[in-house]
Amino acid sequence: MAVSLQPFKRGLAAIALLGLALPALAETTVSDAWVRASVPHQQSTGAFMTLTASSDSKLVGVESPVAKTVQVHEMTMNGDVMGMREVKAVELPAGKAVTLDPNGLHVMLMGLKQQVKEGEQVPLTLFIEDTKGGKQTLQVQAPVRPLNAEAGGGHDHMHMNH
Amino acid sequence: MNDLYTRRAVVAGMGVLGLGLLAGCSPARGLEFKYGKNMSNEILGRKFNLKDPQGNPRTLSSFYGSMPMIFFGFTQCPAVCPTTLARAAQIRQMLKGRDRDLFQVVFITLDPERDTPEVLDAYVKAFDPSFTALTGTPEEIAEVAKEFKVFYEKVPAGDTYTISHSSTSYVYDTRGTLRLSLGHSLNAKECAEDLVTLMEIC
Repeated sequence: MAVSLQPFKRGLAAIALLGLALPALAETTVSDAWVRASVPHQQSTGAFMTLTASSDSKLVGVESPVAKTVQVHEMTMNGDVMGMREVKAVELPAGKAVTLDPNGLHVMLMGLKQQVKEGEQVPLTLFIEDTKGGKQTLQVQAPVRPLNAEAGGGHDHMHMNH
Repeated sequence: MNDLYTRRAVVAGMGVLGLGLLAGCSPARGLEFKYGKNMSNEILGRKFNLKDPQGNPRTLSSFYGSMPMIFFGFTQCPAVCPTTLARAAQIRQMLKGRDRDLFQVVFITLDPERDTPEVLDAYVKAFDPSFTALTGTPEEIAEVAKEFKVFYEKVPAGDTYTISHSSTSYVYDTRGTLRLSLGHSLNAKECAEDLVTLMEIC
């Protein structure tokens, strides 16, 4: 992920340098973005990433050319029941890394226009607003990981192959 | 993995001592699971009548001789279903020889309207080619869910819907008696340990 974001970060850095005289611009960075592969004719899949905003902001929308509808959902466990609900905005407190992963908040790509295959890159556009009304649009190329990819690098699976 | 073998050796040793244990699947009282719940005395999941993706009718008796681990989900599920299927694939890799052959993962869709047989088959087999999926009419699925006391409900999302549902996996012995339930929070190693405990008595 870092690789595909680099040119963008450099661009941001350049803008930041140019704009020294301007009011401080809220800036959000994205890392470890990925999309879970789908099988043919599967209608939706998830996108995951870590967002860090420089000042208090909100993720207010996501778009992608691969899906008809993109929403942020929150997964909750209530006893053994997995609950799912749509979230209109995700709070991004200043300086705090907010992770969108399969076990909590995540982006749902719904109404897939085609199969999403391992190794491809899925373009995502993130719409972010800071508390002062400043708007930022982030373009992310999220690599597609296999259908059985684990969340966050396999937290409780690290010790299993000894 | 080593402790699994050790455990097996100990349980096998106990089996030789206790002759009763050699007579096939023993009564429930001998079963002590470390992580999962002993379901031997629960009146749950005694029957189902569904179809596999090839259209063959499948009932509990279709799985006699294997140890099915059944759970419910839908392919558009972003979280619990892929994690549970990935865990099931890891469990299968941890089981050896006969135990691995006995283990049969069965994924029952709670979304028969959108999960076509083709999608279902490709989905479960992406995790492990040995996995199978079952589907039915919405009414048949509702009946099976009721039989398992599995909760599920459609949640509107935009112009479509997602599904909230129970995430527990259910394991049967080779004679079709429900024996064990494994919660979503257990890892593959914990599940495999309990499965070996069950496989030792059958």
